[in-house]
Amino acid sequence: MRTLDLLQLASGALLRRGARAGMLLLAMAIGVAAVIVLTGLGEGARRYVTGEFSSLGTHLLIVLPGRAETTGAGATLIAGETPRDLTLDDALALRRSPAIEKYAPLVVGSASVSYLGLDREVPVLGSTSELLAVRNWEMAQGRFLPAGDIDRPQSVAVIGAKIKRELFANTNALGKWLRLGDRRFRVIGVLSSEGRAIGIDVEELVIVPVASAQMLFNSASLFRILVQARSRDEMPAAKKFILETVARRHQGEEDITVITQDAVLKTFDAIFVALTMTLGGIAAVSLLVAGILVMNVMLVAVTQRTAEVGLLKAIGARSRQVQRLFLTEALLLSFTGGLLGLVLGYGGAWFLGIVYPALTFMPPWWAVAAAMVTALFSGLFIGLLPARRAARMDPVQALRGG
Amino acid sequence: MIHLEKINRIFQVGDQQVRALNDVDLTIRSGEYLSIMGPSGSGKSTLLNILGLLDQPSSGTYQLDGRETTQIDDEQLARLRGRKIGFVFQFFHLIGRLSAAENIELPLILAEEAPAVRKPKVQEILHKVGLEDRAEHRPDQLSGGQRQRVAIARATITRPDVLLADEPTGNLDSVSGAEVIQLMETMNDSGLTVLVVTHDPIIGDRARRKIKMIDGAIVADTQERGDEDT
Repeated sequence: MRTLDLLQLASGALLRRGARAGMLLLAMAIGVAAVIVLTGLGEGARRYVTGEFSSLGTHLLIVLPGRAETTGAGATLIAGETPRDLTLDDALALRRSPAIEKYAPLVVGSASVSYLGLDREVPVLGSTSELLAVRNWEMAQGRFLPAGDIDRPQSVAVIGAKIKRELFANTNALGKWLRLGDRRFRVIGVLSSEGRAIGIDVEELVIVPVASAQMLFNSASLFRILVQARSRDEMPAAKKFILETVARRHQGEEDITVITQDAVLKTFDAIFVALTMTLGGIAAVSLLVAGILVMNVMLVAVTQRTAEVGLLKAIGARSRQVQRLFLTEALLLSFTGGLLGLVLGYGGAWFLGIVYPALTFMPPWWAVAAAMVTALFSGLFIGLLPARRAARMDPVQALRGG
Repeated sequence: MIHLEKINRIFQVGDQQVRALNDVDLTIRSGEYLSIMGPSGSGKSTLLNILGLLDQPSSGTYQLDGRETTQIDDEQLARLRGRKIGFVFQFFHLIGRLSAAENIELPLILAEEAPAVRKPKVQEILHKVGLEDRAEHRPDQLSGGQRQRVAIARATITRPDVLLADEPTGNLDSVSGAEVIQLMETMNDSGLTVLVVTHDPIIGDRARRKIKMIDGAIVADTQERGDEDT
């Protein structure tokens, strides 16, 4: 049979069945739509979480003093092994690696800040000018810490938006002098209220040059060093360089830990891909159910149309033609159902995207493709049994009506 | 054109064997108009099904146009049915969702003819059976006689060698029954071999050659005189 004739006959037979064919379409469509919406949900969540992490800086390495692994036993434990402090000189030594783009040493402490009699206890961060870029922060007013010798203390401070509100209210804070512990600092910038930094609210932060912070807290050690690699590919090189450089400076002792943002990101990525696949799998069950429905209806259709099959054979239809006719009906049904599901699924994802704008409901292409292929293949496999039954009918009996 | 020799057809019903056809010999020449009559269970429908290649005999030989048909496979049988044989049934067997014209067109679609070739043929045959104004009607919008005329048009659109009609008037009133018979006779006049199975003696007696069957065997085969030459 010509393809066009085949399609015409098959679609005619489907249209004739009206409501029942419609319900089947709906079942198939819901199956496909469920796969699309649920995987879209999982993928959206994955993107949301990895996106949040990426905003912390994608090529970020965090250098901590102390080592992660447990070493030594007996003697060393008794002798005691104090991790050496991470110092500013260690940080400066990192500058020599071509794999490292930016780095920011961090000193963290807390001090009381006061201005015109107003007093407040705040976390104080000592760092360098590069911190702004490493953390992707933005300035609301003024500028961030000046670049220059990082081991030279300067009496300037950048304050968080909340500190600005509390101490200065609506007046201009830039150029004002405030007291931090027993020292005076001139406010040169106000941070924008976005962002978090390792569990500390940026809004409540006072940032001063790292050398000033060390003087303020009377300590030479660093809390950690944030390092930004030049690219994702250069992160292993950067990590290796950091470990080797610091070890050399610490008499061969590897007493620091380097955490990569990447590792955390990968873990979350894997978790959410698994979640998406699970959701897709659950949705696939409804697709399977739809497939079985199609099979049921096709079997009923073949039985109901026994006389038609007999007639087709009497007027010269070959078994193969009869089979192809019924198979085309099943395929047409599942294909249209799949398309409808695509529309429904994307419509649903779009709707959810409006309701929850924070999440992007982006069904992954593989899920959409898998849903469509599953719909088509279920049509093919499920249509095969009824179509074969029709093709094998004995024409004499079929003409009698089964 | 049709030559049957020692055709037997045995059905297995439970553990009993039923002999529906018993050593039937029959030769039909091109252009003949014959009727097969007999009580129900006499095997006339079985014979018709075997003649129409819908059923295969248990033993014996059947030559259609000099070609032995008892040895060929289903696919070829289907092709032969499509090309050489036209069926008309008691219950019309029209497809309800298709219009009269589409029902008539169906054998050509199965034979994979191009639409441009099919349409004029359908128009021509619609004219021949007098249903031009009913072409777009569906079967449930047609009278019984009209439905059977659509069936005859469908059976003859492929220009078959023989038209096999199984109780073609069994479901019609006498007026439309006569119309249907007349239509088949007209087609016979223009060369089509027509074979009618019926148990209505009025219909059966109109044929020039009358075959009587009882218990799976041909018991009488009478030819009207003077018609041999036409």
